[in-house]
Amino acid sequence: MDNTLIKLRSIEKSFDGEQVLCGIDLDIHDKEFVTLLGPSGCGKTTTLRIIGGFESADTGDVYFDGERINELPAHKRQVNTVFQRYALFPHLNVYDNVAFGLRVQKIGEEEIQKRVREMLEMTGLRGFESRRPSTLSGGQQQRVAIARALINRPRVLLLDEPLGALDLKLRKDMQNELKRIQRETGITFIYVTHDQEEALSMSDTVVVMANGRIQQIGTPTDIYNEPVNAFVADFIGESNIIDGVMPEDNKARFAGHTFACVDGGFAKNEAVDIVIRPEDVDVVPVEKGMLSGTVSGVTFKGDYYEIIVDVKGFKWMIETSDFVAPDEKIGLYIEPDAIHVMKKSEYSGKFGDYSTFSDEMDHLSDPDAEVGEDEEEAILS
Amino acid sequence: MKTLSRVYMWVVFALLYAPILVLVIFSFNRGGSLSSYTGFSFRWYGELFRDSVALQSLKNSLVLAISSSALATLIGTFAALGLDRMRNRYLKGAVNSVTNIPMMNPDIVTGVSMMLLFVAVGGILGLSDVLGRWTMLIAHTTFSLPYVILSVLPKFRQFDASLREAAMDLGCTPARAFFKVELPHLLPGVISGFIMGFTLSLDDFVISHFVSSPDFQTLPLYIYNQTAHNVKYSMYALCTLIIVTILALLLLVNFAGGIGDRTKRRKEATK
Repeated sequence: MDNTLIKLRSIEKSFDGEQVLCGIDLDIHDKEFVTLLGPSGCGKTTTLRIIGGFESADTGDVYFDGERINELPAHKRQVNTVFQRYALFPHLNVYDNVAFGLRVQKIGEEEIQKRVREMLEMTGLRGFESRRPSTLSGGQQQRVAIARALINRPRVLLLDEPLGALDLKLRKDMQNELKRIQRETGITFIYVTHDQEEALSMSDTVVVMANGRIQQIGTPTDIYNEPVNAFVADFIGESNIIDGVMPEDNKARFAGHTFACVDGGFAKNEAVDIVIRPEDVDVVPVEKGMLSGTVSGVTFKGDYYEIIVDVKGFKWMIETSDFVAPDEKIGLYIEPDAIHVMKKSEYSGKFGDYSTFSDEMDHLSDPDAEVGEDEEEAILS
Repeated sequence: MKTLSRVYMWVVFALLYAPILVLVIFSFNRGGSLSSYTGFSFRWYGELFRDSVALQSLKNSLVLAISSSALATLIGTFAALGLDRMRNRYLKGAVNSVTNIPMMNPDIVTGVSMMLLFVAVGGILGLSDVLGRWTMLIAHTTFSLPYVILSVLPKFRQFDASLREAAMDLGCTPARAFFKVELPHLLPGVISGFIMGFTLSLDDFVISHFVSSPDFQTLPLYIYNQTAHNVKYSMYALCTLIIVTILALLLLVNFAGGIGDRTKRRKEATK
């Protein structure tokens, strides 16, 4: 059964001669929670606006339920949006804001009252009916925006970084809330964020974007465990990305050692990128380790230590629950299934080396220090 | 220093308001003299309201002020809308300056040039008495227009474009979104533009002098014609009434503007 609701086909878009989308192909299924994830300027918001009808693609097609809707204006689409800064109508109170969409459709006041009450109930806004948006907190405004968008019973809800302006605690609560609302209503959610944690914890499908291109589409576990390139590996959580070669299937050679691994299908001795997550490296005594190195930095993170280990000049980030002292020599042990092998890409060599990591603070506190391009990216990301 | 600045302030106030004060006081003078105050009376106000020509010109002035400023508000608001939506930055700047020129232009130049234009067009259309009620309406609408644009345009700039998108997202056509969401936000600017046009029209003399005819007299024209003979003391009463009206309108403008500012401040405070 094909339950594809929205189809994007080779969408391209540029603003003032600068290309922001270079060929986006995407299928979004009914009742799915899809997240467009990427750094700012990657084109995720533009993609959302094209689906919402606020921008039109230069080339390519948008299909909704099998119909091409390129020329359909925003007000005729069965799609509603929660805007980045909520965009609540300041001259209307909470009740009238939520009722807005129904009033436009000329629905009877009695029905409106019933549905608004239902919406306010679901979003926990009962009792706020007569308040103006300017008198509400960020979290409350957020709820009004969601209620206002959902009352029209859209097929799809678009959310443009809806939690960006909230503090951490409130954000976690709202994440659960959104997930609950999505389950209860069965509406397809398309969610835009630059927060990888948010994307992983909420979505059915994550779409990782960079430089106007889709890098990877997959479930959160796929994206985390099987990143397709160095960009995705680095953007989704911390990762050590090391140059390596594949002498044969199930063998990977890097850092001067040949490891058993579970990947294959590469050409003999093909150059590859190896990803190892910081939590997948075990700290062992030097003689038991596959690799050995010197601890160059230790940061206490609460439930674990984040340590930087210098292995022949390449700095690894490792998360461990055992304390190790700085300058101590330790051994590293890596299980075969902790090693993920990726094909080389345009992002190879740009990410995943923590050599600059411990120097970040020096750069920040010294205004004269020259920050190179790669380092700058490391600081920003 | 502090007393000095206080004294200075009062001197400035005195210079500004002494003439008006004298006028107001003498409008209540019983006798017909400028040099001696012989007692309080409404005599000249009574006389004013028996002067049918004066009352007719007052009516003309009010009708003209309301209709011309209403027209200017309508045209000006949509002109501001067009200016706001213009994509080309250079063209936008150029159009903006062009609309502002009538404000800088000396009234006498505006008046003479409008008269010439009206007479010329009248000649082409074969009308002998083109000047009058309608030319006055056109002229007053024209010189009020830039002030309306000036007070509405900033409101457009402050408007958050995502509110418009939100309205369309919820099913409004672009036109409906404008009336339901954007116009309420613009309203303080529209109202103050209207009041500004109203006061400008009410007290305009120079331009009116050129584009009107004796059978359509406004109040300023009537008063001027009076001064050619002997000033009637009832004119003091009339001027006092005008001052009170203008004062009330100015307070209203400040009040309307104040409401807009206050809601904005409250919004910023909660951010």
